[in-house]
Amino acid sequence: MSTAQRRIRVLMGKPGLCGHDRGIVLVVMALRDAGMEVIYSGRHNSPESLVEVAIQEDVDVLGVSILAGGHLGLCERLAKLLRERNAQDIVLLAGGFIPPEDIPKLKAFGVREVFRDGAKLEDIVQFIEQVAGERAAA
Amino acid sequence: MGDRLGGSADDYVAGILRGDRRSIARAISAVENETATGRAILRNIQRHLGRAQLIGITGAPGAGKSTLVSALIGEFLGRGRSVGVVAVDPSSPFSGGAILGDRIRMERHSLAERTFIRSLATRGHSGGLSRAVVAVVDVLDAAGFDLIIVETVGVGQSEVEIAEIADTRIVVCPPGLGDDVQAIKAGILEIADILVVSKADLPLADKTELDLRFMLSVRDPSARQPAIVRVSSVASIGITELADSIDARRDLGVGKRGIGSRARMRRLFAQEAANLLRRRMTSIESPALDALCDAVACGDIDHEQASLQAMRLVMEGCR
Repeated sequence: MSTAQRRIRVLMGKPGLCGHDRGIVLVVMALRDAGMEVIYSGRHNSPESLVEVAIQEDVDVLGVSILAGGHLGLCERLAKLLRERNAQDIVLLAGGFIPPEDIPKLKAFGVREVFRDGAKLEDIVQFIEQVAGERAAA
Repeated sequence: MGDRLGGSADDYVAGILRGDRRSIARAISAVENETATGRAILRNIQRHLGRAQLIGITGAPGAGKSTLVSALIGEFLGRGRSVGVVAVDPSSPFSGGAILGDRIRMERHSLAERTFIRSLATRGHSGGLSRAVVAVVDVLDAAGFDLIIVETVGVGQSEVEIAEIADTRIVVCPPGLGDDVQAIKAGILEIADILVVSKADLPLADKTELDLRFMLSVRDPSARQPAIVRVSSVASIGITELADSIDARRDLGVGKRGIGSRARMRRLFAQEAANLLRRRMTSIESPALDALCDAVACGDIDHEQASLQAMRLVMEGCR
């Protein structure tokens, strides 16, 4: 008799030195309002720390927000660390000020989707629900 | 659900005992979600339990609990101990979602090898929150952590319930929240083994300590006397004393999970039985229960007798 509902778990954090956190806090609240459990790790996280936390918290999704231009290096490192820890099944998402021409590069690194400034909260929610659903079914 | 780790309960148990972090994390999800695998994991680790010292930390929002936990992790790692943390935050009653932010204060330990931190939302666990917490603590205990700290927001019955399961209960009292009357109202004096006056670098901390000492002095002298420790996590004041105080309880033999485990088990049974009963009694279709409600309304039977009868009815309905 299992009545405990499985909930989507998401780690949201800001890698690097970028301190602009309005956007990520909005997304965190939207995900909570959609019924998800969101671990918010704040600003100035190292990629190493984010990946370790994602593993300890057994999240479905790791979402990072970067508005200061370090997205290519940081996301490459995050994706590499996830693979090294055999945790590439955790879906990596990026958001923030990201030039459109960088999106293919990010996806090649292993970022599953990119939500640029102007992205709609409901699109982010819907995408996470979809990938978490695929992950649970796998 | 077969995943890369094999996914069988035996694989998880082997991984937990090895201290493999991915296995520990996934096993925690399985026990928290009360899956069949999760239940099997719990059964199979029971005989590996009892080594950890379990510490409960509670206090009002903003009291400084997470920052204190972070300081304690550093102190105990320095003493050669490994530390597991379960940080409990409330789920939204509206969406069921949660924002779990306690880790932000513990960021500097997230890469420490002998530390494992897990955030837990209070979501409607069918066996009650404390059973879910005990299950997560069990996994960390089996994984060999010497010290396990459970952090909860001290506002309600479930937190008091969690305090009941800990070997050492710490209540964090920040300065400036109110006068001595608040201390009696909250009932914090009853559950605490150690009272921590947090933010001791602030001027009002003297007053808070004085209030607590006064309230303790006017209590029944035969009641258990909690220790009072002043702490400032940011100024690194009192952390050593607090850790000493925790160690002293372990050395006295009261600080180990194995001690008094029957009494603790009974308290857990009581909580879980009450939860089960509440769920069934409020949801079951039963003309007999309805008749009982009417009988109370007419004054034919008193509340206590009716409750006992209702309990019997529900139990019989379960068979």
